[in-house]
Amino acid sequence: MLRPLKNLMAIAPLPERRVDLEVVADLVQPGARVLDVGCGDGGLLHLLAETRGVDGRGIELSQQGVNECVARGLSVIQGDADTDLEDYPDDSFDYVILSQTLQATRDPRLVMANLLRIGRRAIVSFPNFGHWRIRASLVLRGRMPVTQNLPHAWYETPNIHFCTIRDFLALTEALDAKVERAVALNGNGARIPFNAPWEFWNLFGEQAVFLLRR
Amino acid sequence: MTATGSMDGVDDSARRREADAPSSPVARFTADEALPLDAGVSIGPWQIAYQSYGTLNADRSNAILLCHALTGDQHAANDSPITGKPGWWTTLVGPGKPVDTDRFFVICANVLGGCMGTTGPATTDPATGLPYALDLPLVTVGDMVRAQAKLIDRLGIETLFAVVGGSMGGMQVLDWASRYPDRVFAAVPIATGARHSSQNIAFHEVGRQAIMADPDWRGGRYIAEGLRPRKGLAVARMAAHITYMSEQALHRKFGRNLQDRPQISFGFDADFQIESYLRHQGLSFVDRFDANSYLYVTRAMDYFDLAADHGGVLAKAFTGSRTRFCVVSFTSDWLFPTRESRTVVHALNAAAANVSFVEVETDRGHDAFLLDEPELFRTVRGFLTGAANARGIAPPAGAV
Repeated sequence: MLRPLKNLMAIAPLPERRVDLEVVADLVQPGARVLDVGCGDGGLLHLLAETRGVDGRGIELSQQGVNECVARGLSVIQGDADTDLEDYPDDSFDYVILSQTLQATRDPRLVMANLLRIGRRAIVSFPNFGHWRIRASLVLRGRMPVTQNLPHAWYETPNIHFCTIRDFLALTEALDAKVERAVALNGNGARIPFNAPWEFWNLFGEQAVFLLRR
Repeated sequence: MTATGSMDGVDDSARRREADAPSSPVARFTADEALPLDAGVSIGPWQIAYQSYGTLNADRSNAILLCHALTGDQHAANDSPITGKPGWWTTLVGPGKPVDTDRFFVICANVLGGCMGTTGPATTDPATGLPYALDLPLVTVGDMVRAQAKLIDRLGIETLFAVVGGSMGGMQVLDWASRYPDRVFAAVPIATGARHSSQNIAFHEVGRQAIMADPDWRGGRYIAEGLRPRKGLAVARMAAHITYMSEQALHRKFGRNLQDRPQISFGFDADFQIESYLRHQGLSFVDRFDANSYLYVTRAMDYFDLAADHGGVLAKAFTGSRTRFCVVSFTSDWLFPTRESRTVVHALNAAAANVSFVEVETDRGHDAFLLDEPELFRTVRGFLTGAANARGIAPPAGAV
């Protein structure tokens, strides 16, 4: 379930993918304890260990991804964001990261609540369904959008809970979470200026990265 | 069973010799250094036989303890002194192998209750001059681990870099990590569980009853009477061996193929290849193993329940652990299925421990941990290399 989007990230243009990881990594304090939920092939964990000296762990749904990570010396278990976060005690980590995975979970609200319970901070990145190209597809073509970054038809997509940046903000409010930082990336992976209003981000951000705390 | 061990006399003397005065190194402890057992009594004098491979480094940080399974022994990576066959873990352990003896100092000890030189029911009781037989107190996995810790003390090693083992060896790994968290930097429990299941106890009971039903068992005093419960032990091994293989692997290997005959014989000879194979497994096993040891060691596995030792909460066995764990299971293992490993992983998560978990896809069943399984090798190599770098253990000479 986490895998297909990771695959898609892997075949996306390289600079874009790197920017996404680097934006997330920039939000992490050096030496922190980090859990990466949906860690794929361990690219982010590897980057965090190399550049920030973090004590990193991962959960990945695909067994192949897990085996790849462990063979690289990363601490990763096979597991499911929807069911396996319950095991972790409160405050187990400084940061819990959910990178490009929220939209593929069955119960995003519960997953988010668990992230904020397990970690002192949560970092969540997701594709913004409010982006103008997606809106255009719905409004002008009357079809569910299929884009370079979201290539699945509606009947086969693993992404069952898309949201816009505004939707996500509403969820953080419902969960009483504080937004410490937020970054929106445009189609080229470049950061959209920090002082832009939410509606501008919601229209032109293809991806969003949020740093949250309880 | 048609064949009888043609070298029985030779094997008997070799087995007797290895039980008391093994060909491998042995650490001996006096009556003053008696080992307290979970059964509530102590045993002493006692001894533990072991093998080692590679070199202990100057800061004594590169020692790996291998824990063997039910019928294994300390000869993990050298030829068996009894059968002359290669050690049971030569697939995984050796120069350049995943457990790299060019980098690590690797120790493997025969378990308490075993029959290869560590104190067990075949050991001569100094009080009588006869084998202990059933006069030896029952031992547990915890007792095995405490005995190993005494050996590690004697070798002058404070902290083990890693403890690695499969099946009952994996139980020992979990017990080590729980009992001595500060002495275990990394732990690799493979194809194991935190307790022996009801089904597993059931299979063991079949094996024990087969041994005790053999008239040559003599209430356990067969060695003193110059006998051996060969048939009972062979049947025990045959039953157990089925549990080590998957249905698919059996079907792939043997199917319903007939053994050296064009058609069924309408009799009870070994018509099918699988029958012949099991009979061979049973017979070759009795040449190298002691029946009473089989009773003791299976019992130790049955008694293993790490959660029960911690108020029923497995996570409490690992509270505050700083050990790095790498849990491995195999898809077709029905003796210790993946869910048993997952229970351990969940408990480790609940204790906020550092854990990796890999399920290896294979159709070879429980025995896969002893076989050529590249995915297992990649996992163990990657995990140990990462942990060794974190521990600051120098790579082998010539490596980057």
